[in-house]
Amino acid sequence: MAVLKVLVVDDEPGIRSGVTRILKTFQVNYPFMDEDYAFEVIEAASGEDGIEIIDRDKPDIVLLDNKLPGIQGIDVLEYIRNKRYDIVVAMITSYASLDVAVKAHKFGATDFIPKPFTPQELKSSIENITKQQYLKRITHQMNEEGKKIRYQFLSVLSHELKAPLNAIEGYLRMMQERQSGDLIEDYAIPIDRSLQRVQSMRNLIMDLLDFTKIRLERKEEKIEEVHLSSIASNAIVTVQPYAIQMEVAVSMNVKSDAVIMADPTDIEIIFNNLISNSVKYNKRGGKAEVTIDENSYEVIISFSDTGIGIKETDRENLFSEFVRIKNEKTKNITGSGLGLSIVRKVIELYNGSIAVDSVPDIGTTFTVRLPKKSN
Amino acid sequence: MRKSDLTILVADDDPDYLFQTITNLGRAGYKTVAVESQAEAEAVINKFKPNLAIFDLMMESDDSGFILCYKLKRKYPDVPVILATAVAHETGISFSLDSEAEKSWIRADRYLEKGIRAEELDQEIMKLLKI
Repeated sequence: MAVLKVLVVDDEPGIRSGVTRILKTFQVNYPFMDEDYAFEVIEAASGEDGIEIIDRDKPDIVLLDNKLPGIQGIDVLEYIRNKRYDIVVAMITSYASLDVAVKAHKFGATDFIPKPFTPQELKSSIENITKQQYLKRITHQMNEEGKKIRYQFLSVLSHELKAPLNAIEGYLRMMQERQSGDLIEDYAIPIDRSLQRVQSMRNLIMDLLDFTKIRLERKEEKIEEVHLSSIASNAIVTVQPYAIQMEVAVSMNVKSDAVIMADPTDIEIIFNNLISNSVKYNKRGGKAEVTIDENSYEVIISFSDTGIGIKETDRENLFSEFVRIKNEKTKNITGSGLGLSIVRKVIELYNGSIAVDSVPDIGTTFTVRLPKKSN
Repeated sequence: MRKSDLTILVADDDPDYLFQTITNLGRAGYKTVAVESQAEAEAVINKFKPNLAIFDLMMESDDSGFILCYKLKRKYPDVPVILATAVAHETGISFSLDSEAEKSWIRADRYLEKGIRAEELDQEIMKLLKI
């Protein structure tokens, strides 16, 4: 049996004692939870008292009245968020105020309990909250145990690989049932779309292969002199058909024909990914440029584009596995969410660094620095 | 009630899946409203009450479908909702609506794996709409 601490902040003594009475005998269990949850209720008559108890007792759940004698419920909520406490907050509110609801939701209130509430209403809210809290903790636990990567790996496999399969299967069925007519020409769109989905699935599989490759250690015997400009030209040739389709002009600017000791496959991974990104996330008629330069101790390669850019808030997780920036501009662009994490891993193998500079709607520049002598 | 009097709201960020679902529902006789995101679905729900809704689980966020179920049920408790997804038990976290406990948490009436056949979908819809 696990016990969750519930803090009820309300200036009406009746509400507080009601919550205490109802939750005293209440327990939550689910088939996939390891143990049942019971509740211990702590009462506070004002927001100020509430904050003191929150700091001291770290409750799991806070039931918060909005209209309080001193500071308001919403202020308490804001306090909890600013302190980044792992607390689920439900607002108790006697009248529907849209402003408060919107603001409360923005600050992370999970649920709303109407006042006056029946014991059943309170119980079902607490049940929902407990479940959420449980899932949050499971996620947290998985993070700590490094299981999250595995979870994401499986979920991307199941989601990203099954989604195109479903789409292609659906189109094939439309054709099998001759839904649009008897002529092959009637199915131009389904065929075209199916091929595109096959292509995106192929890309994902290639990325997955790259990903498993670089998880292995760097192999010393494969290290050789690598001319960056020749890797760059090859990568540009590879991306050219796609660039033509996207109407993006790709160019190369060799300020210094830098040479580095590396496994050429690794350097290809860096160039292929970053050049294809600068085409993929570009605009029609846009430009992409690779610049190669060096100083006495490192090579500096930059990949600039005139594309859709990346918002500052999205940059934080950009290099994590399976992270894809989802917004209106990227929704029709397919990707595995692996490319940049692969690039980062490869660069780290060589003790290098990668930085991103971007202005939304103007463009993005990725700058890669690799030491000439790495150990 | 005739199928042609019924409007089904479908939200899915996979344009192909959305297109196919809409086509299949249209062939089955329903009217449809198609949206590609949670945000668009919310905007539609605010203005209009569909007869039934089908939500994809993962759209802008991993739990977009859950949020939409919740919001739709809060506004229109009587509108049946189908939650559709390609995420399955391989992920280690699975959902079903078999127990009362899960029903109280996931505010959907049916949970369907993506890739079910058009006729199956139509049958589920007819059951939910009692037609």
